[in-house]
Amino acid sequence: MEEKIATETKEIVSMPRLGEQAPAFEALTTQGTVRLEDFKGSWLILFSHPADFTPVCTTEFIGFAEIHPQLKKRGVELLGLSVDSVSSHIAWVRNIEEKMEVRIPFPVIADLDKKVATLYGMIHPGESKTETSRCVFVIDPEGILRAMIYYPLTTGRNMQEILRLIDALQTTDKYKVATPANWKPGEVVIIPPPNTQEMAEQRLKEGYECKDWYFCKKKL
Amino acid sequence: MACINPDGTLTPSAKVVLSALSSPRILEDVAKSTQLPLFRIRSSIREMLEAGLVEQKEGKYAATKVGREKIKA
Repeated sequence: MEEKIATETKEIVSMPRLGEQAPAFEALTTQGTVRLEDFKGSWLILFSHPADFTPVCTTEFIGFAEIHPQLKKRGVELLGLSVDSVSSHIAWVRNIEEKMEVRIPFPVIADLDKKVATLYGMIHPGESKTETSRCVFVIDPEGILRAMIYYPLTTGRNMQEILRLIDALQTTDKYKVATPANWKPGEVVIIPPPNTQEMAEQRLKEGYECKDWYFCKKKL
Repeated sequence: MACINPDGTLTPSAKVVLSALSSPRILEDVAKSTQLPLFRIRSSIREMLEAGLVEQKEGKYAATKVGREKIKA
């Protein structure tokens, strides 16, 4: 009896991982060719959108443009991406300025060959085989990937959450603390739990606001 | 190229960056004086180095003779 051999192949896509160097790239954008290394020394939010001239993406671009000054104050640059051409990006950005009176100040990668999208795992074939999902990658001034957010095609991102995430990461770096659920700047922060029994005993005597030895908070 | 128009003239932002390089300067100073983001300065200067409009010496960048002529054009 003739046996049928399965010929179906499955593509294995690598995803970037938190705490590791963000994958390097060189890409064509609406502001010229940029490399990841060009952003060294600044925080970078690399984000993808499914397609130009679509309504949810337009609201997001307006949202990113609105928080751009607040991001600049925090030393953060923005870099958009989709699998569209530079001409399409330019036409869309001009359309947003003309129809919505919002200027898009950040560059947008024209990732027609999906090189950057593949490097960063931005395409989720279960959603779309050709469009990038709504991804956000926060990369620190040393080029380390510090946070990732993935939203589906249907759901626009929350700009205030992105700002809050930046504030939390920068607070962690500056004060060597962690931040609790729903934390906002000005609220108490979490002191990293002690690593030894001796440190645990000492922690309760250090004057922090403690529920127990592993759960202490302080004001900054 | 984002710095050079198809007719060989400089784009407005390239003119701004190249004008800031009349004497040797580090990239951070160019970003400050032009008020352009550092990533734009790095990207522009890389292109202008390739085009022979800028030269690098001891970590500083300056417009070449060709670059200075381009500003006037």
